[in-house]
Parts: sequence; structure tokens; C-alpha cells
Amino acid sequence: MIPAPFDYHRPSDLKGVLALLQEHGDEARVIAGGHSLIPMMKLRMAEVPHLIDLQSIDSLKGISIAGTKVTIGALVTQHDIIDHPELGRVAPILKETSLQIADPQVRYMGTVGGNVANGDPGNDMPGLMQCLDATIHLIGPNGTREVAARDYYEAAYMTARDDGEVLTAISFDAPAGGYAYEKQKRKIGDYATAAAAVTIQKAGGKVASASIAMTNLSDTPVWSEAAGAALEGTTCDAAAIKAAVAAMLDDIDPTEDNRGPVAFKRHVAGIILTRAITRAWDRA
Amino acid sequence: MKDLTDDQKERSANLKGMGCSRKRVEDARFTQGKGNYVDDIKLPGMLHGDFVRSPYAHARIKSIDVSKAMALDGVVAVLTAADLAPLSLHWMPTLAGDKQMVLADGKVLFQGQEVAFVVAKNRFIAADAVELVEVDYEELPVIVDPFEALQSDVVLREDIADKKEGAHGPRKHHNHIFTWEVGQEAETNDVISNADVVATETVYYHRTHPCPLETCGSVASMDKVNGKLTVWGTFQAPHVVRTVASLLSGIEEHNIRVISPDIGGGFGNKVGVYPGYVCSIVASIVTGVPVKWIEDRMENLMSTSFARDYWMTGKIAATKEGKITGLHCHVTADHGAFDACADPTKFPAGFMNICTGSYDIPTAYLAVDGVYTNKAPGGVAYRCSFRVTEAVYFIERMIEVLAIELNMDAAELRRINFIKKEQFPYQSALGWEYDSGDYHTAWDKALKAVDYEGLRKEQADRIEAFKRGETRSLMGIGLSFFTEIVGAGPVKNCDILGMGMFDSCEIRIHPTGSAIARLGTISQGQGHATTFAQILASEIGLPADSITIEEGDTDTAPYGLGTYGSRSTPVAGAATAMAGRKIRAKAQMIAAYLLEVHDNDVEWDIDRFVVKGAPERFKTMKEIAYAAYNQAIPGVEPGLEAVSYYDPPNMTYPFGAYVCVMDIDVDTGVQTIRKFYALDDCGTRINPMIIEGQVHGGLTEALAVALGQEIAYDKMGNVKTGTFMDFFLPTAWEVPNYITDHTVTPSPHHPIGAKGVGESPHVGGVPCFSNAVNDAFRAFGLRHTHMPHDHWRIWQTANKLGLHG
Ligand SMILES: Cc1cc2nc3c(=O)[nH]c(=O)nc-3n(C[C@H](O)[C@H](O)[C@H](O)COP(=O)(O)OP(=O)(O)OC[C@H]3O[C@@H](n4cnc5c(N)ncnc54)[C@H](O)[C@@H]3O)c2cc1C
Repeated sequence: MIPAPFDYHRPSDLKGVLALLQEHGDEARVIAGGHSLIPMMKLRMAEVPHLIDLQSIDSLKGISIAGTKVTIGALVTQHDIIDHPELGRVAPILKETSLQIADPQVRYMGTVGGNVANGDPGNDMPGLMQCLDATIHLIGPNGTREVAARDYYEAAYMTARDDGEVLTAISFDAPAGGYAYEKQKRKIGDYATAAAAVTIQKAGGKVASASIAMTNLSDTPVWSEAAGAALEGTTCDAAAIKAAVAAMLDDIDPTEDNRGPVAFKRHVAGIILTRAITRAWDRA
Repeated sequence: MKDLTDDQKERSANLKGMGCSRKRVEDARFTQGKGNYVDDIKLPGMLHGDFVRSPYAHARIKSIDVSKAMALDGVVAVLTAADLAPLSLHWMPTLAGDKQMVLADGKVLFQGQEVAFVVAKNRFIAADAVELVEVDYEELPVIVDPFEALQSDVVLREDIADKKEGAHGPRKHHNHIFTWEVGQEAETNDVISNADVVATETVYYHRTHPCPLETCGSVASMDKVNGKLTVWGTFQAPHVVRTVASLLSGIEEHNIRVISPDIGGGFGNKVGVYPGYVCSIVASIVTGVPVKWIEDRMENLMSTSFARDYWMTGKIAATKEGKITGLHCHVTADHGAFDACADPTKFPAGFMNICTGSYDIPTAYLAVDGVYTNKAPGGVAYRCSFRVTEAVYFIERMIEVLAIELNMDAAELRRINFIKKEQFPYQSALGWEYDSGDYHTAWDKALKAVDYEGLRKEQADRIEAFKRGETRSLMGIGLSFFTEIVGAGPVKNCDILGMGMFDSCEIRIHPTGSAIARLGTISQGQGHATTFAQILASEIGLPADSITIEEGDTDTAPYGLGTYGSRSTPVAGAATAMAGRKIRAKAQMIAAYLLEVHDNDVEWDIDRFVVKGAPERFKTMKEIAYAAYNQAIPGVEPGLEAVSYYDPPNMTYPFGAYVCVMDIDVDTGVQTIRKFYALDDCGTRINPMIIEGQVHGGLTEALAVALGQEIAYDKMGNVKTGTFMDFFLPTAWEVPNYITDHTVTPSPHHPIGAKGVGESPHVGGVPCFSNAVNDAFRAFGLRHTHMPHDHWRIWQTANKLGLHG
């Protein structure tokens, strides 16, 4: 439980961060809240000779809201999200999700940027951001670029971000209508056995549009376009929900672990999604 | 008993003696971060040790190259078996009559086994050097299943492959350790073949781990000038450690001082002797400076004493009316790579023969086969004296299965089979003499408190609603009635490594009427400094607040066998009362002298001796203490001290009645505990608040074990649950509000009637939680499903019963 030796850097601006990443290549890694990276280092599953702390970079902090446009700085913690009344009004699903991540101690430290950048299929924010069709903002030696959250995840811990890039913010257009983040876990502080993020817009008593993403049921988060489509135009009745669940089940690919075998996870995924849709529809 | 006067009541209250919920004196330091644990010990020049551990569960070691590690700046030594062999310390005896490798000698037998010990200037360098030790392994076939082990040609323990005889009798196979039989086999089989009804079931009690907050560790300091070795460590039995250390090292026992400082939870995890202790001692002897070794969490979970891993097959016979006539139990006990249990010598499966439980079962037979596998050694049961948890889980599951077989209510089945109050002292078919009990009263009180009939009615309604498709939630009512056996134990049949399991207390009264008492036990969170002072306060009439309790330093404390198996109050608590009575006997002589009357003309009155019939003439204990040191009394030595070594005449048998009400979401396997009621009878209650705390803790650990906590291995012998991500430790969130209750049936043979309570809630709690899960599915045809009842296993149970449509 003692990490391999490393040098600690704490640059005061992004330029400094990028320069260090340039200089040390894959020997360097940024650290935000450290609550995913430090355990990996202590287990010596990650060796990071050069650790670059982002905490002094003020431009990565803060939440800005303009109408329904929300931008969340990479260093915003899960606690900051819970503690932001305006965000709670504009995009309440963020708070609902954050409250289901870990425990208060972890949420004081864990950042949205780290959660999204990490690429761990167990993290809850990536699925949520896919559900919201969020945009991930990166900066690198060649300037800035944007990647859709739905295109960002390639495999476990493999993302569209280059090693030399830093995630600066996440932005999205907050959807109106109903929402739900539903998660089953073994205990407080556990990652999901299965989790579902759902948003639903209602018009004329029917589902106008719906977006559905699942967490920890594949090696990446899974935005199930077909599941959302299955609800559209329906009254979100039992048959429609069944169709959405069936579509979702076609898109996920869970593996067996200590949380249970594949058949169990698939069953629970269906139940959790059913509950999430039901709650989102009630709120729509 | 005479009613006390107001004055007597006030004097009694001032003592804060037995029966009072005195606040724990330990908590001031613990809650302020001022405890003094092993890792807080920092000595000048101290070095730090760390282990190279085996990544494989079974492999031959072809070579170990330490040169790169030795070349790292700050590394002082790297010890391997080859270095320990000349001292004959590469192996060590276990407390179970087996031997165990200190460092891997030619092969490794479980994942996480100690292979080399790196000693460096600090903890960080040591950890880096561990990575630099190059070990060449040749993998061998792995056996993690005890049944397979008994069939396999693969020899796990090559060192004893040819030995037909082990420490506990004949060995049937090269991977077999012992067979232990108790009771009447032929008669039991007879009863079973002729019975109206027989229920048969195999009950697996999975492998788990006590997981105390503080992991294991030690600091050894060999002073080469005066030849004295001091060892601080996480020892639940410091005196035993001193004796073992002396026998192993050849250092005379008076030159070894073992100190258990504050211990952050033990639960049996800190009874055994670990390679880390031995290596820190050897390293200090070799280097001449102090050496510290502290485990990390993964090492603790992977390599130090596990709990349980018992496959128990039972047959229980009864009449049509439900009167139990016989019980047959066979256990296949997975002991891992070495037999490192810590049971009394004559009991290789602990007190598993308490498995007839709280019931009057006339005929019974138990056989236990111990087996080697490629798993970590241990088996010092967890918050349970010597396999009592296994025994109680077994019988409480068998009762439920029998109730199904008889189509009978399980509460009623228990009631008609309980040992009756007038049968105590009761001789059990498997050899124990239960000291006292009143099971029917406790059971009726418990069932009434939870409105048992109302619960069953609600459950029946829920089942109907479920069948109609109106709910997806089922309700389980978990029942458990347990009888514990604690306070090991009578020296005539209880010893560890030949040392009788007495315990001790030594009291010194100071001239101004305060005192220090030292005991052979050691608190690990049980609050000894609080409760033992209360026993003494009541016995010698000095306020508990004026009595210091000290334990854990072998240079000052009297010899004792330590704290585990709920033995401290039954044994050391008795020694404390007896030593207190010696003090009082001398005090009586002094008082009589001071009052100028005959010894027999004074009588004890709470905190003083009074002249019989003239209560205005008295001497308080405070006055007597002063006189003991300052007045020449003819025929009486100066001073006021006493020591008592207590050899208990019998074990004590606490009992209790628990009820758990649980809701189960059939679709997700999520369980929610709606209510938990725990009635404990631990005899005389010394400190009700501490008892309640023990019950809360024990129930929470029971919840953990029943609902998810396990040490799981894959087929290759890899530990799958080596971190808190997967090893379930419940938090406040997962824990219900417990309702605690009690009855009081004192032990007739204990000086103050106390029986011990630390383990009861765990022993009784595990079957209660498990029975609730099983009970929820009884109406749908379930007989038994194994723990741990985590979400997926509950889901799987529902799935197999066809409840997912
Ligand atoms: C006990 C426990 C329970 C947890 N439970 C949950 C849970 O239920 N759900 C959940 O979602 N999470 C959970 N977490 C994870 C927690 O939310 C993490 O803190 C979070 O996922 C990562 O944020 P961080 O700031 O700690 O990232 P770090 O640990 O600092 O970094 C994680 C990774 O992201 C990279 N990174 C971080 N910031 C950036 C950036 N701006 N640009 C590029 N790369 C970056 C790092 O290099 C590293 O590889 C848990 C953690 C713990 C310790």
C-alpha cells in the first residue's frame, strides 16, 4: 500500500501542466482529487514517476450556467455539485447522481473531470454525460478541441484523450422534463452493480424524446440510442418500457465479478432501467 | 435482600460498581486520537520490515535473488528461509500442534505467503525493495476445495507427507489433518434410522475474516548490552507470546518482555503467532536495533487468520410431534495450508460439540475432518469462542429445516425442544455441562416483544399479495436461539500449548485508598479498564474511579492466557472478584483491630466494615487502607495486596433469543432489515452500557458475515476479496437500529454470576440474519441456501425458485 517513488509537480497554470506532460511523456500523469489515481498508485497498478497536481489551476474550477447551457470545470467536486442550488434547479440529475457516488468524504475530493477522464467503467459521471449528450473540452499542445461524451470512451481506461491533453471542462444543454439516476450497489461507497441515467421530454401525454445510458455494464458506459427510441411516441406504458429494456439489453455486455454473474447483472440492469424510466416519466 | 437505606444507596452509587452504566474510561484517549497502538511506537534507530509475498497459491521456489534489493540505498537486510534455517526459525510451531513456515521453505502453499523479509531504513524503502526481490516460481496444481484435497494425488504438505499420525490422531490421506469424534455414533445412527422424521442438509459456513480496524504488527527491540528482548505487538495473549518466543529463541523467559499496547480490535485475528512477529524479532537480534513490522490491509485480509470455512452435513431426527431424538453432524473443515487454529489442545475443532444447541437432544454424534488446502492458515474463529458460531449456525439452520420437514412453526419447534429450567445443570449428549438457563422465559419474552403472531400474519398476507402480483417484495422472519459456551477454561481439560487456561488478577491498594489491579488478559476495545474496576469497586468498596486497571505488560501483569473466546469476565473477572475478596478478608481483620472487636463481630457494608448491631461504629475501606500501611497490627503483615489465579470449575453458558424482520426485493436481491430484536442473558450484568455496545458491534459483524462478508478464492487460489471494495464492511448506512433486551440468569459457579457477552451477538446474530433470508422463501419451497446472502445470491435463490416469471 505504498506507491512507487514519484516526483510531485504543482504548476500554477495550464501552460505549465502541458509543458510537464510534454517533457515527461507517459511518465507523467495529472492528478485532480486523487481518489481514483492514488489507490491505483498504492496498489502499484499505476506507476507515475511524475505526478502533476491540477489543484492550483483556478481556470479549471467553477460552474457556470447561462440559461440552460451548463459548463462544469474539471476540478469541480461531486460535493460542489450537490451544494450548488442553481445547478440543482437547472440540471437536478447531476445532484441525484452525485449523491449516489461513494460517501461524503470521497465526494469532497473526487472531481467531475477526474471521474469523466478516468475511463473506469464503474464511474457514474460518464454514463450521465452520455445521457445528457455533453461535450468534453480538452486542451493539448496543439490547442483546444471538443469531443462528444458519446464518442469519448473506447475501452476500459482508454479514451479519446491523448496523453498530452488535459480535460478542462464539460458542458451540456440541460434538458427540460423528467429525469432519474437509478443505481444498485452493494453498500455505501460501492460502484454500481447496475445504474441507469434517463431523461424524458413529454409532449401531449407522450414521450417526445428520451435518452438512456447505463453504467458498469460494459467496459465503457453505454448510451443506448435504441432504448431511448423505443420510448419515443409512446405513453411510456409497460410495453414501451419492456421494449426499451430489451433494446438496452442488446447494447450492454456485462462481465462476471464479485457483484455477480452475467445473468444477474442483465436482470438487474432491466429492473434498474425500468425503475429509472418510471421515475423519469413521473417527473416529466 | 434487605432494602438499602438512603445513605447506603448513596454510598453504593458513589462506588460506580457492578450494574452501573459507567462511562468508558478508555474513551477519553481513543476519541481524542491519543491511543497508543503498536504503530505509534517509535524507537531511536528503528528499522522497518516488509514482506515479499507469494503471488501464487501453490508453487515451488526455484531461486530467490535478493541482490538488487540489497543494492538499494537504505536496505539493511533481506531474510529468506535459508537465513532462518541455521536458527531453526524458518518453521515455527502453531498453537494447534502443527508447524508453519515462517518464510517459504522450498515452496509456497497459499497466495500471500511470506517469502522474504526486507529490512530497511524506512517503510518506503522497504516497500520499494520488496519489488526488487526476484523469486523464480514453478507453479504447482492448486487445490482450493477441501473435498478435492482429500481425493487428490497432489501433496500439499511435503514436509509431513509420510506422517500417518498427526497432533490429533491418525491421518487418512496426505492432505488430511485430523478426525475428531464426539458422542455415540452407533446409537445416533440407530435413532435416525428408526425416527418418524429426519431432516438432512449440508450447511456451508463460508470463509470470512475478522478484519479488525488495526491490522497486525510488532516492534522488536533486542538490547544486546543487557540481553533483554522487548516486543510490542498486537497480541491478544501476550504471556503466551512470551513463552512461545522463549521456547523458539532460547532466550530465557525473564529476559523477554512482551507488551500489548492499545489494540484496535482483535476478534480472534490477534491470537495467533505470525511470521511477521518472528521476523521482526530475528531482524532485531541480527541488526541489534529495533525493527518494526506493520501489515497493510490487503496483507491482513489475505494472510492472517481467517474464520470458519466449515462444510457441515447434518441429520436431525424427530418424532411426528416434533420432539428431537437425535443429531448427527459431519464437518469437513478447511484449515488452509497449515493448521494454525488456536483451540484448546483437546479440542481440535474447538467447541463444535456445542452443536446440540439449546435443545434437549438425547443422542448425538459429531465428527470433524480437518483438511489442508492452498489457502491461508488460521481458523481462529471470529468473535466466537472456538467454533461456537459454526455450531450455532449449524443447529439453528437444522432446526429451521426440520420445521419445514414437520410443516411446523419454527418458534414452536424450538419451544418444545428447549432444555427446561429445572434440567440445569444439564449434561449434553456431546459432553458439556450447561451451568444455568431459562430458555422458555427468554423465548416468550422475545416473541411477545416483536408480536411474533402479528408478524406471521403480515407475512402470510404478503405472500398472498405476492402471488396475486401486487408486490415484488417478500418478508422474512429470522429466528435464532443460541447457547454460547465461553470462559475457557477449566485447566483439567483446557490448555493451549500445554498451558492451562486459568487467568489472574493482582491487586495493590495504595495507602490513601486508591488501587491498581493488573490482569492476565488484554482489552482490544472491550472496555476492561472500565468493567474490571467496577467488579472491584463492588468487592472492595473503593470507588471505580480510584482504581486503575492495567493489562498487557508481561513484566508487570500476572500470567494469564489472554483475551478471546469471551473468557475475560468469566475467568479474569472471577480472579478479580476472588482477589478482591482476599483484600476484604484482610481488611476485616484490620477493621476489627481498629474497632477493638473480634473479627467475627464486624460485617461488610458496601464500602466499610461496621460493628454488628452498632452501625455507627465503622471503618471505611479508605481508613483501613491507610491503617494497613501505617499502623503496626499484631499478627498482620503491613500492606494490602492480593493475587488470585482462577481456574474455573466449568465453562459459562450465556444464551439469547434474537428476531430479525427483513424485506427482500425479489427482483434485485436487495434485503432491508426492518427490525432486529436481541435479548441477551449473560448472567450478572456488570455494565449495561458496555454490554449494549458489545451487542451492537457483534450484531453488526453478524450482519456483515451473513449478508456478504467473505474471503473468496478463484480456482487458481487467488484471493478475490482482498480490499474493502469487495470485502464487505458495513457502514452506519447498512446497519439497522437494534432493539436490545435481557433476562438475567446468573452462572451458579462464577463468583459474581457473570457469563460473558462479547461474542454472543455474533454467534446468535449470524443464524438470525441467515434464517430471515431463508424464511422469506420458505413458502416457495426453499429449504436452505448458503451464506453470504448478498444481492446476487438472493437473486439466484429467487430465480431457481422460478420467482422471476
Ligand atoms: C471509496 C471510493 C468509492 C468511490 N465510489 C464511486 C462511485 O460510486 N462512483 C463513481 O463514479 N466514482 C466513485 N469513486 C471515484 C471518485 O468519484 C473519484 O474521485 C473520481 O472518479 C475521480 O476523480 P478524482 O478527482 O479523484 O480523479 P483522480 O484520481 O485525481 O484522477 C483519475 C484519473 O483521471 C485523470 N484525470 C483527472 N483529472 C484530469 C483532467 N482534468 N484531465 C485529464 N485527466 C485527468 C488522472 O490522471 C487519473 O488517471 C469512488 C472512490 C473511492 C475512493
